[in-house]
Amino acid sequence: MKPSRWPRVVLHVFLTVMAVGWLVPLLWGLFNSLRDYDYTGTHGYFSFGGFTFQNYVDAWQRAEFGEKFLNSVYITVPAVILTLFLASCAAFVLARFSFRLNLTLLGVFVAANLLPPQALLIPVYRAFRAVSVPTWINDNGTLLDSYLGLVLINTAFQLGFCTLVLSNYMKTIPHELYESAEVDGAGVSRQFFTLTLPLVRPALAALTTLQVTWIYNEFFWATVLLSDGDKFPITSSLNNLRGEFFTDYNLLSAGSIIVALPTLLVFFILQRQFVSGLTLGSTKG
Amino acid sequence: MRTRRRLTLRDRMVVTLMIGVPLVFVILLVWLPALSSVALSFSRWEGFGGLGSIDWIGFENYKNIATIYPPFWPAIWHNLIWVGFLFLIPTPLGMFLAVLLDKEIRGSRLYQTAFYLPVILSLALTGFIWQLIYSRDQGLLNALLGTQVDWYGDPNVNLWSVLVATAWKHTGYIMLIYLAGLKAVDPGLREAARVDGASEPRTFFSIVFPVLRPINLIVLVITIIESLRAFDIVWIVNKGRNGLEVIAALVAQNIIGEASRIGFGSALATIMLLISSVYVVVHLRATTRGDDR
Repeated sequence: MKPSRWPRVVLHVFLTVMAVGWLVPLLWGLFNSLRDYDYTGTHGYFSFGGFTFQNYVDAWQRAEFGEKFLNSVYITVPAVILTLFLASCAAFVLARFSFRLNLTLLGVFVAANLLPPQALLIPVYRAFRAVSVPTWINDNGTLLDSYLGLVLINTAFQLGFCTLVLSNYMKTIPHELYESAEVDGAGVSRQFFTLTLPLVRPALAALTTLQVTWIYNEFFWATVLLSDGDKFPITSSLNNLRGEFFTDYNLLSAGSIIVALPTLLVFFILQRQFVSGLTLGSTKG
Repeated sequence: MRTRRRLTLRDRMVVTLMIGVPLVFVILLVWLPALSSVALSFSRWEGFGGLGSIDWIGFENYKNIATIYPPFWPAIWHNLIWVGFLFLIPTPLGMFLAVLLDKEIRGSRLYQTAFYLPVILSLALTGFIWQLIYSRDQGLLNALLGTQVDWYGDPNVNLWSVLVATAWKHTGYIMLIYLAGLKAVDPGLREAARVDGASEPRTFFSIVFPVLRPINLIVLVITIIESLRAFDIVWIVNKGRNGLEVIAALVAQNIIGEASRIGFGSALATIMLLISSVYVVVHLRATTRGDDR
């Protein structure tokens, strides 16, 4: 039975209208980020013309995006590597061996990922202020207001999700593989590095994409644990473009596009990994 | 039965380290702070001096929150509206889009990309992007409607403006999760229903939807979590004041700044923890069910 033609047309019209509607906020931002403020000021936003690239230059300088982007790198790269390494270790133990406490341990990790971060703010803030670190890590000598502090807290929060995804994935590895590795005399650490890790590469790729995006986008901890504006990651520094009484929206749009650009790039290049990462957590391995 | 035998001493140490180090991370940075929040909620402490200067005052903070802290009930109400709205509009919409896009239609991937593009942007950035639409003098919305509303500023409407921006992001996320779920549904089930002459909506609601139960649970939990954690976008707009009070922002307001009221803020944090414990349990049961070997 072939479905008639009309429902298909209606379907496409509906989806097209929705999809275009969905893109409007982004396209509107892009369009106006490329226009001169004085031009839109006199002609209104519903006009065509006044195209310039100056907003991007100004936004880059005013918000010091160069330094802020590096700050994001200092936080995101170590946090993603540490998260994935620790999560792989924990997931390996949980998937490879069966202890009586396996499920409880997994629960301890996963639940930690679900707690609202705001609820932990006070003790974390206090503890970070009390912990002293050498001045080569942070010049004020505490974890508060340091990149390391943000790396640690982001890692702790993302561990649960990654451990869950990876342990589900690792459970699909046939047990016979480990047994033959054991016969060959491979210890636990060699099994982990030469057998498990290479086999879970697709899951690691998906999680890397996702974690880079999430930690880059992280806003709450960066806002509350950093007070030194020079250390702000790029996501928290957009506010610098907003004046107290007056905001140049064209400039702000340019800033927003710059901040979105790295995630957009990751998304378009690694779309498949991104999507499978998101859905790995919700469906079982 | 999995191996428990033959672990050498060295292997035992490796295993202990592999699980121990991540565990220490989570316990020190998540669980211990969570418990400390609960403990501090029974105290009065301005944050000066050592831990010895803490006064233990029982449930007074909770009493004060419920009776003489004006933003509290609005915040609870706003969080409830938040979760209700996400359940009523973007969640069904995301599911609906997933059902439409799950069929073999031309350009399905293109449509999908448009809908989940906002998912990769941070909620803070979403707030900024929508500012161009909501601004009173220069926004797109007022230009289209011919109105003079300050969509982010007016306490009568700003919660809804923020919710629409949030929904823009949430819909794509829900769509993705359901798309993955629908792919896993056995096509034979649908075929059988079609042969029996069931209409498409009927097939969905009585055959497909029940099979998606685990996905539905995850979506339920994600939606509640996102609503309770709502922070970034209101903080961007006005730091959670003037119509945009939400619990997460109240906690932050009580800690950051001059007057840090640690006991009071902790009591708010504990209320958040209590609410979240419900969905944490639901989520754990959904994700780890069937894993008991």
